[in-house]
Amino acid sequence: MTSAFRLVLLSFFTLSAVAIFSPSFVLGQESPYIVAYDHYLEEPGNLEIEYFSTFGTQRGGNDFHAFWAEFEYGVTAWWTTELYLDGQSTFNDSTIFTGVKWENRFRVLKREHFINPVLYMEYEHKSGADKTLKEGEGHDVEADFLTPNSEARKEHINEIELKLILSSTYKGWNFTENTLAAKNLSNSPWEFGYALGASRPLALKAAAKRCTFCPQNFVAGAEMYGGLGDRHHFGLHDTSHYLAPVLAWNLPSGWTLRVSPGFGLNDNSHQFLMRWGVAREITGFGSMVSRLFGGHK
Amino acid sequence: MKAVTVALAVCACLLGVSVVLAQNGKTEKLPVAAGPKYDPVIYAELQKAPEKARNRPNPLENDPDAIAAGATLFEQHCAECHGNAAEGSRKAPSLLVPEVQSATPGTLFWVITNGVVRKKMPVWSKLPEPQRWQLVRYIKSLGGPAPAESSAPKL
Repeated sequence: MTSAFRLVLLSFFTLSAVAIFSPSFVLGQESPYIVAYDHYLEEPGNLEIEYFSTFGTQRGGNDFHAFWAEFEYGVTAWWTTELYLDGQSTFNDSTIFTGVKWENRFRVLKREHFINPVLYMEYEHKSGADKTLKEGEGHDVEADFLTPNSEARKEHINEIELKLILSSTYKGWNFTENTLAAKNLSNSPWEFGYALGASRPLALKAAAKRCTFCPQNFVAGAEMYGGLGDRHHFGLHDTSHYLAPVLAWNLPSGWTLRVSPGFGLNDNSHQFLMRWGVAREITGFGSMVSRLFGGHK
Repeated sequence: MKAVTVALAVCACLLGVSVVLAQNGKTEKLPVAAGPKYDPVIYAELQKAPEKARNRPNPLENDPDAIAAGATLFEQHCAECHGNAAEGSRKAPSLLVPEVQSATPGTLFWVITNGVVRKKMPVWSKLPEPQRWQLVRYIKSLGGPAPAESSAPKL
């Protein structure tokens, strides 16, 4: 196990311990999407710690298990910042740390509208062995994952990624459309991708008492995502696409569970992706940190 | 490995800066609790609700469970900033003051839906519409008994 990977594990378990033993929690009202984004940002001062896992099948090679930790913090009501730590295990190969991402989302309009735009900016430092499939972009296809980890990890990628998130909520339904442009900073062309999502809570009214299995705690929907080629070859040729039902369960204890089986829609896609994730929101994290440094009580 | 360490350090610093920024915002100017010291200017957002929104009746006005459900929702989503009894805190103003209690249900619904993004209140349209109306019932109930009869439509 590399020291980098140990660092990831240490960070994740330390902050998970904080999450578990923190007395401050809030019932998450989280969307079920794993790839798509809607226009709802993290509440100011709250920190959400998330762990996600993706099992993927691989034709002509070894199946894999990719995983990442997310630390999502609401800086203001219009700005959310997020740190990702990524890794993967390829069966019959190895387990490696694959990179870090720093993401920022900015709400453009100060009030709610029929369509709500959010700007997304991300910097990513990853190796060629990254298998998180957190977005579909460019001409990424299943065959790219056949390279053994020992070879793939030698490639280092510094990438910026921009997204325009357009999201609407109507009669309890959320509809979201994300368009993506990504640029490897080492003289590669801009690559493009998309993600679409629709979801709805199973019940719109809240129950009079706190409950674990009430239908309003469940949000179900579907998302679809894939690549759109690059600046030189824009379109669907040599791209992969996925369709995935999604389900989130917001527990009264402050935890959110997500599950999403994904299915490849063409021969370039992995046939099956099984994703799941667990998240916990810590309210008042900013205040806690501020108090540590002598801020307001 | 060195690049990863540098990236992690940069991210940690930026996270720290953002935490500090979040704490040094306008929240300091907010009233600590309801009472003679509160600043009525903080409630100016209520006046910005369009007339059509102000006049919307609460479709759950006669729902016997709405206040209890609203109380649960308040505890889960609002109490962290507005206080357990809606008395206000350093983060957000009291909801017990006359400005809020005399506002129409439609006005409160509009503010909950749109938030006051520039003053750190997020939009709450992610809560389905009936839940926002349940919250309105609860908030209004804090200022006195709810009206017994209403011609509001059913949701």
